Amino acid sequence: MRPWLIRHLQVFFYSLGQLWRSPWGTLMSVAVIAISLVLPTALYLALEVVDDLSGQWHSGAEISLFLEPEVSDQAAINLAKKINQRPQVASVDYISATAALEEFRQKSGFGVALDLLDKNPLPGLLRVLPKDNQLSSIQAKAWLLEFSALPEVDQAEYDYAWVQRLQAMVQIGQRLGLIFSILLGGGVVLIIGNTIRLAIFSRRQEIEINKLIGATNGFIRRPFLYSGMQQGALGGLFALAMIYAALSLLAPAVVRLAGTYQSEFTLQIVGWIELLLLPLLGGALGWAGAWLAVGRHLREIEPG
Amino acid sequence: MIRFSEVYKRYPGGGDALKNVGFRLATGEMAFLTGHSGAGKSTLLKLITAIERPTRGQVWIGQENISKIAHRKVPFLRRRIGIIFQDHKLLHDRTVFDNVALPLVVAGLRHQDIRRRVRAALDKVGLLRKERNYPLQLSGGEQQRVGIARAVVGKPPLLLADEPTGNLDPSLSLEIMDLFAEFNRVGVAVLIASHDLELIKQLGYRQLVLSEGELVAGGDSR
Ligand SMILES: Nc1ncnc2c1ncn2[C@@H]1O[C@H](COP(=O)(O)OP(=O)(O)OP(=O)(O)O)[C@@H](O)[C@H]1O
Ligand SMILES: [Mg+2]
Repeated sequence: MRPWLIRHLQVFFYSLGQLWRSPWGTLMSVAVIAISLVLPTALYLALEVVDDLSGQWHSGAEISLFLEPEVSDQAAINLAKKINQRPQVASVDYISATAALEEFRQKSGFGVALDLLDKNPLPGLLRVLPKDNQLSSIQAKAWLLEFSALPEVDQAEYDYAWVQRLQAMVQIGQRLGLIFSILLGGGVVLIIGNTIRLAIFSRRQEIEINKLIGATNGFIRRPFLYSGMQQGALGGLFALAMIYAALSLLAPAVVRLAGTYQSEFTLQIVGWIELLLLPLLGGALGWAGAWLAVGRHLREIEPG
Repeated sequence: MIRFSEVYKRYPGGGDALKNVGFRLATGEMAFLTGHSGAGKSTLLKLITAIERPTRGQVWIGQENISKIAHRKVPFLRRRIGIIFQDHKLLHDRTVFDNVALPLVVAGLRHQDIRRRVRAALDKVGLLRKERNYPLQLSGGEQQRVGIARAVVGKPPLLLADEPTGNLDPSLSLEIMDLFAEFNRVGVAVLIASHDLELIKQLGYRQLVLSEGELVAGGDSR
């Protein structure tokens, strides 16, 4: 191994040993960091679940095909039969323009007004009902495109306004989550900065002695930077453990809520790579916090 | 080795701690720095290690003028100087071995070399058997010898000591001074600030005498 690598490893294990030697102080700051990391992560995961569920709930909703006025009843029925042959379609209902007008007359109470019209303003309608759980949101969009391209169809609509609303809320939630993340991430930086500041002051004499015997600033800085990084990374690992514990408690409820019996559902959302980001992120925030503290306070400590 | 030229030092809010000090210490020379309390002995030593900067004048260490030395160069200056303090300045949470190893660790030496040189230094001060002890388990004289081992382990060409025998009884003091004389015999320049005039007279080295910040004996002839 190269000498500089050995030196870095020595400092790495030395500062880890320092953390181990004051277990309570370490545990406290690591726990605070973990909680700060858990909160935005949990929010993010919850939004992910909602987003995913809303995607699944696209299925079961029906697609309405408004037909061109000149399409005859016979042509409409033929089209209905053709669509019905698709494997993912449960049923297709045809509501003729006349039937639609009759329905409207009864429900709206505008009967007299409608009599004044010399032409039926309503188009014929095909209601396409997909089989349960067979239609993903992507497929639904593909179908919309395909159906609206049919010559008989004037317009294809998908009954998903509420899904869109939900997704808009998820987006707002994601914005909020981003703001939370930035605030709490800043909190982690400050917490670790403060811990390192205290460590610097409690080892003031050691720092002075090191400076007297010719230690460079880089040498003195190094163990503190490692310590900050390690506390942040440990906080990230703790956060990871908390989230896994919470997920395994919540998973049955979430699956029930989703109305599916596919148990791999939650595991798909929480990918390993996504969660390994937590210790990495914690480590980076810890490094930043230590860097701030070290930059401010190491210069102040001079032998004299 | 050391050259002071018309050096003045004034602390902020104080009078002149050093006034027009000029002297040379040759390579491999040993000398004592004496004077009443507050005469400026510690201040003079601090100028040599760039702990303080001169207000006026020049301080040369070897070929380098350090009166305006850049911050990032200071560590490398200090690696060429072994410093010994009255209060030892040892790390109490590390063994004798680790304390003595510190300058070598700081300088980034290889592990095997560190072992060899620390043990050689401890052997010279007669403390090889105590390498695994902690400083507080040692007597005052032993702690001072650990401090000396730490100062010499990097084989610097210059040793500075500020009241190294301040807390020791006469026979221990003599032992410590003999140790310095031994290092001086192998070519290390030594400058020791001390109050112990009797001991200094006994040893017979050159004396630099400070009074009220002025060098009144042993300096450059003016
Ligand atoms: N950091 C400082 N700030 C202000 N004045 C200082 C400082 N250090 C020393 N002095 C003053 O400078 C003068 C010389 O002090 P110095 O410590 O060099 O004396 P000394 O000869 O080492 O004395 P002693 O034998 O008591 O150790 C004294 O008047 C002291 O009060
Ligand atoms: Mg003094």
